[in-house]
This record gives sequence, C-alpha cells and structure tokens, in this order.
Amino acid sequence: MKKDIELVADVLVIGGGPAGTWAALTAASKGSKVVLVDKGYCGTSGATAPSGTGVWYVNPDEESRTKAKLGRFELGGRLAEDTWMNRVLDQTYENMNQLSAWGYPFPLNEEGNPHKTGLQGPEYMRLMRKIVHKAGVKILDHSPALELLADEHGVGGAVGVRQQTGETWKVEAGAVIIASGGCAFLSKALGCNVLTGDGYLMAAEAGADFSGMEFSNAYAISPIFSSVTKTAYYSYASFYYEDGSIVEGAGSKRGRSVIAKKISEGIKVFAVLDQAPEEIRPFLRISQTNFFLPFDRLGIDPFKDKFQITLRLEGTVRGTGGIQIVDETMKTLVQGLYAAGDAATRELICGGFTGGGSHNAAWAMSSGTLAGKGASEYAQRTGVGNRDLKGLSSVPITVGNSTFKTAEYVRAVQEEVMPYDRNLFRTEHKLAGSINRLDDLWKDIRNGSISIEGNAIKARESVAMTLTARHMFNAAINRKETRGMHKRIDFPQIDANQHYRLISSGLDEISVRPKPVEQEAILK
Amino acid sequence: MIELVSESKCVKCNLCVKVCPTNVFDKVDNDIPVIARQDDCQTCFMCELYCPVDALYVAPQADWNVSITEAVVENKGLIGSYREKVGWGPKRTPVASHGYIYELYKRAKF
Repeated sequence: MKKDIELVADVLVIGGGPAGTWAALTAASKGSKVVLVDKGYCGTSGATAPSGTGVWYVNPDEESRTKAKLGRFELGGRLAEDTWMNRVLDQTYENMNQLSAWGYPFPLNEEGNPHKTGLQGPEYMRLMRKIVHKAGVKILDHSPALELLADEHGVGGAVGVRQQTGETWKVEAGAVIIASGGCAFLSKALGCNVLTGDGYLMAAEAGADFSGMEFSNAYAISPIFSSVTKTAYYSYASFYYEDGSIVEGAGSKRGRSVIAKKISEGIKVFAVLDQAPEEIRPFLRISQTNFFLPFDRLGIDPFKDKFQITLRLEGTVRGTGGIQIVDETMKTLVQGLYAAGDAATRELICGGFTGGGSHNAAWAMSSGTLAGKGASEYAQRTGVGNRDLKGLSSVPITVGNSTFKTAEYVRAVQEEVMPYDRNLFRTEHKLAGSINRLDDLWKDIRNGSISIEGNAIKARESVAMTLTARHMFNAAINRKETRGMHKRIDFPQIDANQHYRLISSGLDEISVRPKPVEQEAILK
Repeated sequence: MIELVSESKCVKCNLCVKVCPTNVFDKVDNDIPVIARQDDCQTCFMCELYCPVDALYVAPQADWNVSITEAVVENKGLIGSYREKVGWGPKRTPVASHGYIYELYKRAKF
C-alpha cells in the first residue's frame, strides 16, 4: 500500500531521546543519510528531557576508573563486564567533552573549567535536537513507527503514522536503530509515558532476543500526587507514619522495600527531607528545579512539611534488561537491526541493578554513538537496494474498522506488573499466575487487528506492554535466586551457580536460557 | 496535568502543540490551541517550559484534575515560574550553568 510520505535513507533511527539523537548524529557524521522518527517530539520526549541527571563522567586515570567500575558492581550482582564499562567510560568522556565544545552551559569549578558530571534534561535535549538538525538528519516528530519492514536479508525500514496529520509514512533504510527507550507501563513516572516497550515489540517481531528482562522491577519514590520521581533526593528523607512515628528501616535505597511493604499493606507513608543540612538546601533547589516545582505549587516545604509518598513503576527504564546485542556495533541477532539506550540491555555496564542517572545517561549517549557508527558502516557496506519488504507486526495493521480492546489490555497488563507483591517481591506462585493470564491476553491480542485509522499507536503500545511483561516474568521465574534488583521471596539469597545472564526469545512461546557472562568484570 | 491555556496571553504560535511529547493539544484555526487529550498528559511540564509567553499552566497533580483559574495561578506567581527557574527566556541565564550544581556535587551524599 502506498504511504503518504515515502523516504529512503541509509539509517533509520526510531526514538529521539539521548540514545537516538547521538545515534543519528554519529551516523550522519559518517556520511550516512539519516531519518529520525519520534513518537513525540525529539527534544522533549522520554525520561531524560524533563529531568536532571548525573552522568558517569570519570577522568581517564586508572585509579578513578577502577573506583568507578567497582562502584555499583556488587549491587548489580557481578553481571557487568570490564570491557563494556571501559568502552562506555571512554565514549562518555568523549561525548561530554563534545557537548561542552558545542556550548552546553556546564557550571564552572574553582579553576574555571566546566564541571561535567551532570546534565539538565531540557537544556541537553534542546541542544541535541539543534545539533542533529544541523547535521542534516531529517526529523519526523509525532511520527511513531508501527512496525518494522524486512525481507530475507534482514530489516530494511519501518512504517508508521504522523499523529497530527493522520498521514502514513514509510522509510526504507539500509539499517534501523531502535532507540525507543524502555517500558514503564504508563505509570506516569516523570517523562516515561512515551516509554511503552514499542521497540522491544518490533525487535521481537523481527526475531531479536532479550537479555536480563528479570531486572525490570525498578520503582521510584514520588509524592503521591506527583509525577516527579527523583529518588536520589530522598537520601535526605525521614519516613513517617500518619501518626508521626518513624517507619523503621525505610530508606531511599535498600529501605525502599520497607516502604513498598507498608504501602501494599494499605498503610500511608510520609516523607520529609529533614536530614538535608541547612547549607545545602539552596544547592538542592538549583540542581533539580523540577523536584521542587510540584511542592512549590502546592505550598509544601519538603524540608519541613511531611508529604505522602508512593512508588511509581519505572520498569525497564530504570531496570537494566532489554534487547540483546551481539557486539560493540550494537547490532542485534537480526541483520540490519541495531539497538541503543534503554531499549538495549544495560546489564553490560550495570549488571542487574542501577540507581538513577549516572550509568543510564552514560549508556544512552555511548550506546547511541556506537550504534550510529555500527549501523552506518553496515548500511554503507550493504546499500539500500531494491527490496521486497514486508511488515512484521504480529497483529495485522489494517484499513477500516477494528475493535481492538486497547484500554482493556493496558489495564490487564498494569494489574500484573504494578503491584509490589507481584513485581517487586516475586514468588514462583504469583509469577506463574501472571504468566498464565498474560499468555491468555496475548492469544486474545493475536486474534485481533489494528486499524490504521484508529489510534494505531496506542493499540501497538498495549501489545508491546503485554509482550514486555511476558518476557519480564518468564525471565523472573527462571532466575531462582535474588540478584541485583530481582527479588525472589522464595529464594532470598544470591546463588553462585546462577551467575549468568538470562536470554529470552519469542512472541507466542517465550523461551529462556542461561548464557555465561563473557568476562568476570573486575577480578579482585 | 495541563489545566490552562491562557486566552489573554496565548499568541497562537502553537509551539505547545508541536513540543508536547504525548500530543495533548490540538491546533485550532484562527484560535488558541485546545487541551484535547488531557488524560494523555504525563505532567512533564515541557509545554510550560517551551511556551514563549508563559500562557500555560501545568498543575502538579499527575493523576487527577484540579479546577484552577488563571487569576489564582497568576496571583500566586505560579504561571511561568518553572521557565523562570530553568532560566529560559530573554535576559535569563540557564540554570544548567549555576555554580550551585558544582557546590552540591562536592557535598552531596548520593
């Protein structure tokens, strides 16, 4: 079927957050013709844009690097790899210096040099859009990809819609980079509602595998009324019950489970940042302006006034699982298909755990750069050519009426992945129950069809979330231990015999197999 | 969620329609944009930040509606307050370059 807009490119990038923009920019700088499509608006889309983030920017001396690599190694269950951490540290160092050269306004240190350990999302992503545009990349905003196109040589493009005009688009490309982020299941965690696992679905439909999908149960603290999830600041918090007594053992890091248990028992938990020393409070306000915005608007002083909190699911956005990649070109198992950012597994540098910012921001920019290079070289080697490409959607995308039960599917998936007693605290019994119900849901989905004239992207999001949840829980039921963020109530200890990755594959049938960790990360 | 497009301030540039990552607004011919899909708002405040004339107000409540009027948020000095804090707009300095960010780095416990 003829599309309203038809383009040919060397590289198509799906997603315009940090990973996608670095990928597009890098591919363009290698001489490739690049199209970038974003479901929302490149510059505001995704988890980075509305937030402030630390960046894993570490001086390239051995002592600093070793300390940095060991920082979260144990927390991640020893699943990070030395080679990958070195690669990402090097690339991040280079990219952050590049941002400085492009004019990102870093604060200055005592010596008057730019201090580069963090980025303000709005500023960063506005700059990235500008640079990408200048590099000649064609940006299509509000233009979600609905399905990949492929033939026997592999992936060769995608089709989608333009949300604001209703036009359909098709991009034929020598290589496709999926940089569409992770999946937070429409939990309204800050900036995360565009992150619905769309890229996982497209990759799975093309035959790619996943790695570490059990590390997908990140929850962030937020005020109960608010979308702002900035858990780091809660390291200055005290936690209270409604009667004003202290919640013993509650904390922003390891004590988050205590908070989750209380909330799931129906007990209200309150926080106040009363542990923040008076002299640093102005610094906290400036460094994360968005953290204070909701409080200021309601007349709450978070350093003095107790406010009720909740935990919002951040799924694989702050989790580490994602599309398995084969090597440092960020290619997947599928010819012509690349992945970067949260869409790709971040286990390689984080293992099974990550705090916020830091590693995640470093991974996004570094893996984006590597994917841009890898995809560009592949496309230039193979050419675009005349191909007989077909759509890969597992649910037919048709013209005309359809009665796809999008809202029902979304609710059903959320009921499985959001409750703390299912996803945060996992047991064989409850995981098995969730898997059965999600499999039934999947069968129902597979019998439906999606109308291109309806809200096709929302329908596809519901399919993507269902598939993501099934990969998560199938991996989780197979890891019979507690490692990284994956907590098994029935197996509360780490088990040295399960020091491996879990690779999951499939659409209708999901299979899970262990894969050795390539290198013991840092032998000490 | 987004609650307000100010009739008195909006200059119909439709930048909010363009930048909203969840496509909440609709452009209207010869009129100010409308909040067409409020339920899709993810309370990320990006529209407010990009609005060049401070005509938008995003209430901090993410999951439920609140009724507010322009007069109230204007009187409380809330409209445009985020853009001011981020340091976007003419004659402002981006907060990204603020020295306090470095000061916090030296002292933070996270």
